[in-house]
Amino acid sequence: MADDTGDEQSDDQAGDEAREALAAELSELLGDAVVESHVEAGQNLWLRIDIEQWHAAMAALRDAGFAYFGFLSAIDWTDAPEGRYEDTEFDAAGVGEDDDASSATAEETVRRGGGETRFQLLAQLHSPARHAAVLIKADVPPADGAPASVPSIIDVFAGADWHEREAHEMFGLVFDGHPNLEHIYLPTEFEGHPLRKDFPLLARAVKPWPGVVDIEEIPPELEAQLEAEVMAEFEASGAGA
Amino acid sequence: MSPPPTASALREQQAYVAAQAADARVNVELDTGDMTLNIGPQHPATHGTLRIACQLDGEQVISAEPLMGYMHRGYEKLCEVRTYPQCTTLINRIDWLGSFANEVPFILAAEQLMGVEAPPRAQWIRTILFELSRIANVSLFLGDMGVQVGALTPVFFAFRDRERVLNQIEEVTGGRFHPNFDRIGGLKDDIPRGWIAETHAVMAKMRGFCDEMEDLLMGNEIFQTRCRSVGVIPGDVALSYGLSGANLRASGVDWDLRRDANPGLAWDQVDWRVWTHPDGDSFARYWVRLQETREATKIVDQLLDGIPSGPIMAKVPRIIKVPAGEAYVSTENPLGEMGYYVVSKGGLGPFRVKIRTPSFSNISVVPWVMRGTYVPDIITILGSLYFILGDIDR
Repeated sequence: MADDTGDEQSDDQAGDEAREALAAELSELLGDAVVESHVEAGQNLWLRIDIEQWHAAMAALRDAGFAYFGFLSAIDWTDAPEGRYEDTEFDAAGVGEDDDASSATAEETVRRGGGETRFQLLAQLHSPARHAAVLIKADVPPADGAPASVPSIIDVFAGADWHEREAHEMFGLVFDGHPNLEHIYLPTEFEGHPLRKDFPLLARAVKPWPGVVDIEEIPPELEAQLEAEVMAEFEASGAGA
Repeated sequence: MSPPPTASALREQQAYVAAQAADARVNVELDTGDMTLNIGPQHPATHGTLRIACQLDGEQVISAEPLMGYMHRGYEKLCEVRTYPQCTTLINRIDWLGSFANEVPFILAAEQLMGVEAPPRAQWIRTILFELSRIANVSLFLGDMGVQVGALTPVFFAFRDRERVLNQIEEVTGGRFHPNFDRIGGLKDDIPRGWIAETHAVMAKMRGFCDEMEDLLMGNEIFQTRCRSVGVIPGDVALSYGLSGANLRASGVDWDLRRDANPGLAWDQVDWRVWTHPDGDSFARYWVRLQETREATKIVDQLLDGIPSGPIMAKVPRIIKVPAGEAYVSTENPLGEMGYYVVSKGGLGPFRVKIRTPSFSNISVVPWVMRGTYVPDIITILGSLYFILGDIDR
């Protein structure tokens, strides 16, 4: 078992080195289009692209072998004004009680690859030949109270068509040069952009949230007892050895 | 006043008129353009409710536009108001024929953010259940493809033999379709006694089923005529549309996430191979899936013999709080690449979940591949691309 973990660690290290090398190579290829790159150990590689050069950068990546179009979507980074609906106090109280890592909710530790804007584009490309994947982000700056329009990459990756339509209806992003920017899931007359954080999920606002009751009803002394039981079982099974 | 025409003169006249009319019928070109044909929303080839609006010119398809959203359930939004363990209940229902496989990438993404790794025994059982989901899912396709082109028998064989695999999944998890069995840090329970021997027997049966399908369908002249060089997708087109899974491998692209980007499951511990086919047509897609089902039974057999001992849960807190960060994990699901991009701000539930489903990308190639095909081929192509509607609409 010790050998196994040793192998995995060396695998992870080799993977991280490959990711670092790839980040350096792509930064050189794309030049000043890359605002920031980020490698998370043992996980993924993120590149943040200047939105002005979004189209050119995607074309360059495709020509560099990243021909497989994974997905394109967006993230809305604002907090929902109503919180998480279920019970904001409980949620807030739970964070940071016993775990230092979870209390670090500052924006810069959350966002891989940085960025400040409310909306960020998110895409993934894969190179089948090199067995390497890259996650690509771009900040979408605000313009007149709405997100600024973004160049469409439909002529670079044909598959971006539906993904851009989905991002358009769910987040209200506008893709310049898309020939058919219409709703894909929602009815034509639907108003609003459901995945924006300020779009209320009414069913959750008017009904008590069932899951929270289950968790809240455990008294603290019982909680400690259960924790101890789980730990005892865990150690008895020989996992600690 | 002319005398009444004789009988023979009348016959001559009628024959002349009939000949003129026949000529006219042949010579006048019928206006056949601009006919709209709606396939669905209810059609056996759609595995759910997908509508395809086709513009036809006679028998030929000018354009085909899939219209979906009939089953859009908004899982990405719903995940934002749930805790991590509650999300798996939703995620089970995305690709409802291979549910356990849906849970795995989400759980792996959450584990990656928490820095938790499931113990080896859990990883092996996960991989076994993952491959069993694949066999249950794809074996239904192997029979169903026969129905799409007019052969009724294979689908009954498929339902009969799929049940054996579902029984094995049920014995471990308690659920045939929606196990909800994967946990952050491991699995809910261990496998029951006697299960390994039973599963070996079922795998042998499933290999028999694959042989049966090969005999019944792939050697069949009608099946070959209906499928060969129908719906050809070249490799570069497949890549730019983001096709994944067997659809991509049937276009000659040698790429399988199980081998090339293994997120930590036990696939690298056993001996198996990735099958590709250079043709890119409907027949190639069927062929690749048949080989993959065989390969999956071999993977399961090897894994069953080598399950390591030890615990099935790592140490995780009772109330799961995931540290802030972002993670993307994707796995090679029965239908293709399924990935979850999870954003956490450190709470009990995810801040944002982007679900990358294989069928959404797989079916986006339909307008491209259907142009210029003929009406009967529409169903062959839809059947061979193999999608589950819950996987498109999420």
